[in-house]
Amino acid sequence: MTTLQLAVRNLRAAGIHTWLNAFALSLAFVAIIFGQGLLEGVNRQAEQASIAFEFGDGQFWHKQYDPYDPLTIDNAHAPIPEELKPLLNSGAAMPILIIPGSVYFAGKMLPVLIKGIPADQKVLKIPSAMLTDTTKDLPVLLGQQMAKTAGAGVGDYLTIQWRDARGAFDARQARVVGIMHTSVSTIDQGQVWLPLNKLWELTTMAGQATLITVKKKPIPVPALPDWDFRSLDFLLADLRTMIKTKTVGQSIMFIVLFLLAMLAIFDTQVFSIFRRRREIGMLIALGLTRAQVIAMFTFEGALYGVLATLLGTIYGTPLFIYLSARGISFPGSAQWGFALQERMYPVYPLSLILGTTLLVLITATFVSWLPTRRIARLKPTDALRGKGI
Amino acid sequence: MADEYIIETFDLIKRYPMGRQELVALKKVNLKFRRGEFSGVIGPSGSGKTTLLNIIGSLDTPSSGSVVVLGEKVETLTPYRSAQLRRRHIGFIFQTFNLLPVYTVFENVEFPLLILKVPPAERRQRVMAALEWVGLADREKSRPNQLSGGESQRVAIARAIVKQPAIVLADEPTANLDAENSYHILDTMVKINQELGTTFIFSTHDEKVIRYLRRKIKLLDGAVVADKHAQPSGRET
Ligand SMILES: Nc1ncnc2c1ncn2[C@@H]1O[C@H](COP(=O)(O)OP(=O)(O)OP(=O)(O)O)[C@@H](O)[C@H]1O
Ligand SMILES: [Mg+2]
Repeated sequence: MTTLQLAVRNLRAAGIHTWLNAFALSLAFVAIIFGQGLLEGVNRQAEQASIAFEFGDGQFWHKQYDPYDPLTIDNAHAPIPEELKPLLNSGAAMPILIIPGSVYFAGKMLPVLIKGIPADQKVLKIPSAMLTDTTKDLPVLLGQQMAKTAGAGVGDYLTIQWRDARGAFDARQARVVGIMHTSVSTIDQGQVWLPLNKLWELTTMAGQATLITVKKKPIPVPALPDWDFRSLDFLLADLRTMIKTKTVGQSIMFIVLFLLAMLAIFDTQVFSIFRRRREIGMLIALGLTRAQVIAMFTFEGALYGVLATLLGTIYGTPLFIYLSARGISFPGSAQWGFALQERMYPVYPLSLILGTTLLVLITATFVSWLPTRRIARLKPTDALRGKGI
Repeated sequence: MADEYIIETFDLIKRYPMGRQELVALKKVNLKFRRGEFSGVIGPSGSGKTTLLNIIGSLDTPSSGSVVVLGEKVETLTPYRSAQLRRRHIGFIFQTFNLLPVYTVFENVEFPLLILKVPPAERRQRVMAALEWVGLADREKSRPNQLSGGESQRVAIARAIVKQPAIVLADEPTANLDAENSYHILDTMVKINQELGTTFIFSTHDEKVIRYLRRKIKLLDGAVVADKHAQPSGRET
């Protein structure tokens, strides 16, 4: 007769109490997976949006280009290298030219980055096709946040000013041809999008680019003297850090929830050992060693973890399938500052579920074992008299 | 012969620390018990009866002196060996029954066989036989909280004898029972003693129990003051 079998027998004999305890624990278990899945969903959604709208499968950056140092932008451009021309011609890569400038509209002056993008590109989801303008006007595309900041709408004329290749100021009127709806603020705030060929013309920088975004990372990556390839991991690093800091509150909440669940097990166990001290004395009188009694109590607690996992799987699985298919509406998500749509689709990767399960099981076992150490010091004669704990 | 005596105590002393002083619960107790005895330790409250039984049952250890049970010195046993001794050879009956509350009557009685790894079919048969002994075969599915005090103690007796131990230690088994139930369990234990040869040691100050004893050991303040064999007079008429 193993102590594990005794523990199973005890839990079965305790009936409804066992299930109530296990159910309470399963709530924490499911809530943790739910919350982590939501964060994972936020993460993935933000990453996917960034990949679709901004990064593609990596970018070649001009050596001078540093998105955090606006002063470098002036010099961060060069003719598109010959080696990349085949990729560009096949539509698998796309150049963007960035130059500093400013926008005047309705009496306001806003410093901006002027970005030129090929109107016919298919690499990013930026609706550049809107820039295929047939009128004589210079077309310009704004992101939704930029449009709000400038107070401009479709059809409005902005004055765009920049310095050309020789450093002389130049300006043009441009008509807003579209407002782009994107959750990626790094292609929206403080920038305006022009057709690349027009920008080449206006700046006399024909054939030049600041970055070249690829649809698929080339293998091997060609070594180019003036260009550095930035992998997706590199490009997403900032976003990931930002999400981490923004969701740290949520993570703390789950940690607290988890600790509460563990405290509940611990408490149940402490109380159970206290209430059952005569029983402990009797078990020793019947011929169990203290170590066996400790093992039995520990198994009982660990089995709560197992039952909770089973219960949680039973009602959690349909819940999670439903949520990841239907999404959860997330009003007011615009303030988060990174890509977040109104409807969140939580993601429950196997690693998350297995990891949480393992964590619950191991911790449940550990906190069940902790209070049993007092059994080790318990004298059976005291226990039988209802004393000693 | 080595096992002429099933239990022997040699100058057994038990002290309990009581603040700065100490309380001597047993003072040089020298007792020998033969197989199949039906004996009892009699004495007023606090005289050391429970302490003596607990040490014989290896639930407690002597402060000095020695106790030999079935050829083993209990004070030198490892926790594992002393658990083995209790598991195989000693049955306990307590004043407070101490049934395992979540188990049924059957499971309570089955428990000692479970930890002895007796196969299920044999277990069932032996549990039912033990319940027959105490007249509770029809209550196998009841839970302890559905039993009267008398019935609970009968289940405890069945649990103590189901493994057919050499020794049963019964610490005031009738203290919580009325006369009728006391006689019932005493008759049962006499029957078990006679048919199975189980050694019984009681601790009691109950006149009803004392009348059943064939050996009466008087304890006073931790010392043996009398040790007499007697003809049991049985149930009061
Ligand atoms: N764990 C303990 N710590 C300190 N003193 C104890 C302990 N157990 C028993 N004693 C003391 O030892 C003495 C003998 O106690 P014991 O329980 O053996 O008496 P008893 O004869 O069984 O009494 P009762 O008839 O009331 O059950 C008592 O004075 C008791 O207070
Ligand atoms: Mg006593």
